[in-house]
Amino acid sequence: MTGGDIIEAVVKSLIIIVALLTAFAYMTLYERRILGRMQLRSGPNRVGPAGLLQPVADGVKLAFKQAITPRGVDKPLYLLAPAISVVTALSAFAVIPVGPTYNIFGRAIPFHLADFNVGLLFVLAMGSLGAYGIVLAGYASNNKYSLLGGLRAAAQLISYELALGLSLVGILMISGSLSLTAIVEGQARGLWYILVQPLAFVIYLISAIAETNRAPFDLVEAEQELVGGYHTEYTGLRFALFFMAEYINMVTVSALAATLFLGGWHGPFDLLSGPWWLLAKIILILTLYVVLRATLPRLRYDQLMRLGWHWLLPLALLNVVLTAIGITLLQ
Amino acid sequence: MLESYGPVLILILLSSALAALVLGLSSIMGPRGLGRGARDTYESGIIPTTSARQRFPVRFALLAMLFLVFDIEVIFFYPWAVIFRRLGLYGLIEMLLFIGLLFVGYIYAFKKGALNWE
Amino acid sequence: MAIAPPRGDTAANGTQVILSGDSMTINMGPQHPSTHGVLRLVLDLEGETVTRCEPVIGYLHTGFEKTYEEKTYLQGVVLTDRMDYLAPLSNNLGYALAIERLLGIEAPPRATVIRVLLAELTRINNHLVWLGTQALDLGAMSAFFYCFREREVLLDLFEMMSGARLMTSFIRPGGLMADLPDGWIERAESFLREFPGHIVEYESLLTENEIFKERTIGIGILSPEQAQALDLTGPSLRACGIPWDLRKLAPYCGYETYDFAVPTLTGGDVYDRYLIRMAEMRESTKIALQAIDRLPTGPVMTADRKIAIPPRAELATSMEALIHHFKLVSEGFKPPEGEVYTCIESPKGEIGFYLVSDGTGKPYRCHVRAPSFINLQSLPPMSVGGLVADLVAIIGSIDPVLGEVDR
Repeated sequence: MTGGDIIEAVVKSLIIIVALLTAFAYMTLYERRILGRMQLRSGPNRVGPAGLLQPVADGVKLAFKQAITPRGVDKPLYLLAPAISVVTALSAFAVIPVGPTYNIFGRAIPFHLADFNVGLLFVLAMGSLGAYGIVLAGYASNNKYSLLGGLRAAAQLISYELALGLSLVGILMISGSLSLTAIVEGQARGLWYILVQPLAFVIYLISAIAETNRAPFDLVEAEQELVGGYHTEYTGLRFALFFMAEYINMVTVSALAATLFLGGWHGPFDLLSGPWWLLAKIILILTLYVVLRATLPRLRYDQLMRLGWHWLLPLALLNVVLTAIGITLLQ
Repeated sequence: MLESYGPVLILILLSSALAALVLGLSSIMGPRGLGRGARDTYESGIIPTTSARQRFPVRFALLAMLFLVFDIEVIFFYPWAVIFRRLGLYGLIEMLLFIGLLFVGYIYAFKKGALNWE
Repeated sequence: MAIAPPRGDTAANGTQVILSGDSMTINMGPQHPSTHGVLRLVLDLEGETVTRCEPVIGYLHTGFEKTYEEKTYLQGVVLTDRMDYLAPLSNNLGYALAIERLLGIEAPPRATVIRVLLAELTRINNHLVWLGTQALDLGAMSAFFYCFREREVLLDLFEMMSGARLMTSFIRPGGLMADLPDGWIERAESFLREFPGHIVEYESLLTENEIFKERTIGIGILSPEQAQALDLTGPSLRACGIPWDLRKLAPYCGYETYDFAVPTLTGGDVYDRYLIRMAEMRESTKIALQAIDRLPTGPVMTADRKIAIPPRAELATSMEALIHHFKLVSEGFKPPEGEVYTCIESPKGEIGFYLVSDGTGKPYRCHVRAPSFINLQSLPPMSVGGLVADLVAIIGSIDPVLGEVDR
């Protein structure tokens, strides 16, 4: 790598981090406002115009909370766990292309941090590593609710990862590449993959919601059952790291859904430039997250496992077979 | 080839720095001094009588093994899927065989009750 | 309160833990989001399966029953509110009826009809809180806010008539605290006319929701025999197929003259308890509307000046009224010696007041048969063998109020 490349990578990394943190902050506000609207109340609207400074107030509040390390925790793991969560969440975004290549300052700048031939695997790998953060937090906390949350997380995350991974195989067969940029280009030339892989899209979406521990699959932190689950013993900014990781993961899986199924940064009209199209699609999927949370009760543990193993996994396999036969017949 | 991983490494380093910074800030900025019982772990307001480090059911380990088996299969799908178009009919038949075997394994696990949580 | 030590041993210092089989002992409550107050459950879990569930009560112990002995009969009314703060008017009514029986008097007709109306509005109020929290326990958060929208209307009505939203103390021995204010009936009626539409709204959120059904059907089943052996009353008993409702079986306040059904189902699970309460809200609406239709005019307090505090206006003109007022406020009315047990159908089941009078102005003993306390007994048999998540659903379906459990 040349010096210019390194500078470019650093700048892009900082942009990704800042953008994701901002997305996290405003996603919390967006979620609370939408939930408020759906629940006959206004949501936070006092801090700043229309409540726009609420995330800042929340952040400041969390920063000035005491960091309590309970007795009997496994301290290195206890501190490592939130770090793992947030680092993996941030890193996963590295390979997602947010736009075409633009010319800025005389340099051809591609709008993604990295594009390598196993990009998709990298996102999945980072997602799997993120599970460690949650499981270790549950284990290290020396709290029974945390432990149960951690165990639930371990089982839930690995169960849905299978369906998630399998649901993407169909796309790989059509696009013939693991590079996300190539997949976006593939959709730009033909149809969006949601049209050719609708079943895969549904499986992906369900699995992604389960992988990010969001309602109705939020068993890992089920407030009414496990109080807070794995993050029961975390206070202040340490808790904020978990919270951050959860929301950033939501943004990442939404971005991935948009990239793989909804044409990425391409739009049907040239009204908006690339990154804005992607943002619009991400917001669409995030809104779905919020609507689901406001609408559905939580699944029970065994029901969650049954859905994953009895339904999603065989359906994902079926989707692979159907896609394979379909492609062969068309060739 | 490996060079394309460079930027990712930079992102990982920077986000690790962020995590370290936040963890550092958390111990600097908050108030100090602990009230009585503040360092007890939470168990609904009751002082825990037993540790949380206990044995947990073997079910979870079984599930992890099932996952390993299936996950390796899934990873095996990926390279096949990428070059599927080039393999043609041969690739299809081979993969159908593979999926068939996988499915037999799935049915076996299903019948054994390994996929039923209760 | 002594708790049996968990299976396995703990070391002498009580911190070091020995591996104790595959079960983990965990405290759920008193500080837990879904134990509906300060209920504490000591659970043994294997994985997430509950193998032992032992309710520990007493965290909200207030000594109400002892306090009655130091209060005049009229002062005792305010304690009934605080026992079941979700259905205060129902408790007021049970207490007032017990004292009236002790005194051998009856409330005037207008007061009786208003009592029925208020008791049914309270039932709706109670069931709304129950529905919101039951849904919340299952993770469906929006239903809670919809329920509280309607509850707000009811609380406004209560505030309008009594000045208090929760602790109404409106139904008094001998009648009511006051007549209903102008415009109250109209507001109540318009609420009751539109309320069935709101029930449809709640049902559209839950009744046919697949996840809700998965979480509640077949969960926490009690057989009719078990339910009777546990002395259950209220919606839990009716969900087992036993049409036991004191409004039909031992009518009070003229309930026999109202047209209403007692909904019963046979499943005995959480879902059926849900359906029963939804149906009860509809029936309550019907009863309340009938009460409004037949509302007679007249006084709302008995004319017996030995029992009813004279109205303010009389105090300025009548010496006798002043004396009555002084006597009633300083030492209260004195029922004849004797004992009485009166029970009514509260939203949660049979609430009974057992009063012993020794002829003084204060009760010798007052015991309350609290439905929440007795219904709570059914928690262990229903929850053992289920998962933690089921336990949460089952607690919600019992609808306990801890003020009443601990008394």
